[in-house]
Amino acid sequence: MNTGTPVQLVDLERSYGGVRALDGLTLDISPGEMVVLLGPSGCGKTTALRILAGLEQANSGQVRVGGADLTNTSANKRDMGMVFQAYSLFPHLTVAENVAFGLKLHGRSLAVRTKRAQEMLELVGLVQQGDRYPVQLSGGQQQRVALARALAIEPAVLLLDEPLSALDAKVRVQLRDEIRRIQLEVGTTTLFVTHDQEEALAVADRVGVMNAGRLEQIATPTELYSSPATPFVAEFVGLSNRLPAAVDGDVAVVMGNRIPALPGSARAGVALVRPESVRLVADKLGAATVTTIAFLGALSRVTCTLDDGTTVLGQLGSSDAIALTLGDRVRLDLATTPVLVVPAA
Amino acid sequence: MIRVVRWALLLAFAVYFFIPLLAMLDFSTRKIGGAGRTLDAWKALGQDSQLTHAIGASLALAVCTVVLMLVLLLPTMIWVRIRLPKMTRVIEFLCLLPLTIPALVIVVGISGVYAWVNYFFGYSPIVLTFAYVVLVLPYSYRALDASLSSIDVITLAEAARSLGAGWYSVIVRVIVPNVWPGVLSAAFISVALVLGEYTFASLLGNYNTLPVAIALFGKSSGTISVAASLASMLFAAVLLLGLSFFGGRRRMSKGTSS
Amino acid sequence: MATARGGGVLLRRRLAPALGLVPFLAYLLIFLVIPTVVVLAGAFQEKGSFSLTNIDALKEAASRTALGKSVLLSGSTAVIGAVLGAVLAWLVIGARPTSLLRRAVVSLSGVFAQMGGVSLAFAWIATIGYSGAVTNFFRSHLGIDLWGNGWLYALPGLILVYCYFQIPLMVIVFLPALEGIRPQWQEAAVTLGASKWQYFSQVLVPLLRPAFLGCTLLLFANAFAAYATAAALVSQGSPIVPLMIRQALTSEVVLGRQHLAYALALEMVVVVVVVMVLYGLLIRRSAKWLR
Repeated sequence: MNTGTPVQLVDLERSYGGVRALDGLTLDISPGEMVVLLGPSGCGKTTALRILAGLEQANSGQVRVGGADLTNTSANKRDMGMVFQAYSLFPHLTVAENVAFGLKLHGRSLAVRTKRAQEMLELVGLVQQGDRYPVQLSGGQQQRVALARALAIEPAVLLLDEPLSALDAKVRVQLRDEIRRIQLEVGTTTLFVTHDQEEALAVADRVGVMNAGRLEQIATPTELYSSPATPFVAEFVGLSNRLPAAVDGDVAVVMGNRIPALPGSARAGVALVRPESVRLVADKLGAATVTTIAFLGALSRVTCTLDDGTTVLGQLGSSDAIALTLGDRVRLDLATTPVLVVPAA
Repeated sequence: MIRVVRWALLLAFAVYFFIPLLAMLDFSTRKIGGAGRTLDAWKALGQDSQLTHAIGASLALAVCTVVLMLVLLLPTMIWVRIRLPKMTRVIEFLCLLPLTIPALVIVVGISGVYAWVNYFFGYSPIVLTFAYVVLVLPYSYRALDASLSSIDVITLAEAARSLGAGWYSVIVRVIVPNVWPGVLSAAFISVALVLGEYTFASLLGNYNTLPVAIALFGKSSGTISVAASLASMLFAAVLLLGLSFFGGRRRMSKGTSS
Repeated sequence: MATARGGGVLLRRRLAPALGLVPFLAYLLIFLVIPTVVVLAGAFQEKGSFSLTNIDALKEAASRTALGKSVLLSGSTAVIGAVLGAVLAWLVIGARPTSLLRRAVVSLSGVFAQMGGVSLAFAWIATIGYSGAVTNFFRSHLGIDLWGNGWLYALPGLILVYCYFQIPLMVIVFLPALEGIRPQWQEAAVTLGASKWQYFSQVLVPLLRPAFLGCTLLLFANAFAAYATAAALVSQGSPIVPLMIRQALTSEVVLGRQHLAYALALEMVVVVVVVMVLYGLLIRRSAKWLR
């Protein structure tokens, strides 16, 4: 229904009284793509989104949408649909009126507005609630309406500013999958900002990890997880063990295991090893002792302590973990998944 | 552009609100029938026996009103929250009722009641306390209600009860210390209201309180009236400004801890 | 026997908490409810028996003029106060809650709106009274006579002086409504294509309309019920209802009219109650939105 518009952010800089919120951010979003900006609070991801929306101005750099330079275009002429963290619905308007609000501003007739609002509410599954007021809806429903309102004007770009962070865990997962379904259906180019890595990995075509106003890495979720380009990415996305390692050519030696080292690895230091790469085998002569076992459903997480005091976290199927009890001696094997070696801090 | 308009408008408001205050300062320091300045009117505030009595009476009334209001209202509100939540609406309605029944109306109807009050307590201005508590009720209720809503009274009470506290301890030792900001703001607003109250004091028997004395002096010496008016307004302003700083600090410290 | 005792315990357990309310309720009964009932009942009595004499007196020319002037005074100062007070509140809301400007305006508003009374009357006597500072300045420097025929002590003067506490009252009661406005609403409107004017006219105005009208009604009731300022300013004659009540209470009783004050007070209650009920309805509506 929408072929999508390409978006380019070129070398954006923004500082607030000496603090650099954005430090040369460059980002290309392909037509119809959903890019998620992920990072800790204060990393500049929200600033980037607000500059794209026109709600804030960059000190320098360029915003291009569909090939046109929008850097100096005011926010109300940029043709973007935005969903905020929470409470952005106009409280004095009904759900249907909220959805139709943008169309009214664009001078569409009442008949067109009503029809379009109806379609949008169908898309987000809230047709029954059209006559209600926002205060009568749950948080999740309010965010659906906000999404419908943003999409009703058929924007060139959809902007999602932590749309799920004010919701309960269960609603959050449900709504995030739905946002992705709807985005694929309408095909609008989308920028989604969040601090929740699970959310980012679940919905994105590509995830951009931000730190201190810079883009550390932008890649597909699988690539980001399996081949982190920087220590920050490796530590921020997913859990990692920090195990002493030495690098020999393109091979890292970690606890006697020879594992491929990712490009960008340091000569020596600690390898960042995912818990699921750690295999724990009960062995009376093993070098480690099981100290905790956390049952997470299908999976279990087991911590064990090496004789030198290093703790290692392993993740294994719960059916395998049953064989282990606290105090057991275990042997640690590492899978040959490539690892990143970083200087020991 | 908008900035200019903003400041221009603020300036216009400042002129409207401050010129009368400056005029009062000018008026109250004039020498009657001559040029130059004198502080006679201001000195009279501390010397004229009728004025000092009136000031004393008004201050005493303010204190008595605050005490009686707190004793009557605070335990009732806490009690309603803990044991009688169904009565919340009723109590709120009663407390806000004086906003709907003008003081003047109460004055008209209260003379019978005050015949008894005078019979038991005499004719000192302090008896006005009883009427003033009703007068300050809506404002005090709002201040205390806001403070009580910010803490979980029921959980606090249950925790204290489970540790063996009686109801007296629950209210006085556990809940009251947690609603100090509300108590303080209720007290300050009540003081400001009592210091300016004229309707009851003048019509219920011409009790010699500060506003009554000010109005009375207005007929003979305008300068003293104006000086006393300005003094009482400044006093109230300092009181409320101080309250805003105290309240602001509380809110900020709460914000950082959460 | 056992069930009867059980019932007694149950009754006691249910009644005991209610006993905690007795002092408070008794106090309000004596000092609020009884006086009000006395007024309401007294308005319909004369010499101890039911009579409509005093109610009839409300229909006389003097009473009707006073009511008309009271409504004019309250209505005009409510509208002026609401508009200017809303503007001042908007100017203040731009500043942070901790800023000195905001604190000073809010605190001073509290002083003017709530404790003014007699002091405000003297503030304006000192300003534009016969020998007020501004009057003197105009007289000696500009050759203009501000004093006129003593308009300060008549209805026009009352309007000017009442605005001095109506505007601050509006600031106090309207600020919470302005504080309820979320920045997201403006940003949402702007991203949807709204110009500044469209945001103002299509979001802000409809959103604040109930609160604004409600606060205007509150101002009306406030001015209608006010007594002290007018009493201190106007010492003779009784142009408005509260001053007529004063006259009825303090002057020698007009023969056969002992309860005229009761009837006037009843009239006052009726007007204020009607206005406050409307206020409550409007405020409830916008409070629901701005939660």
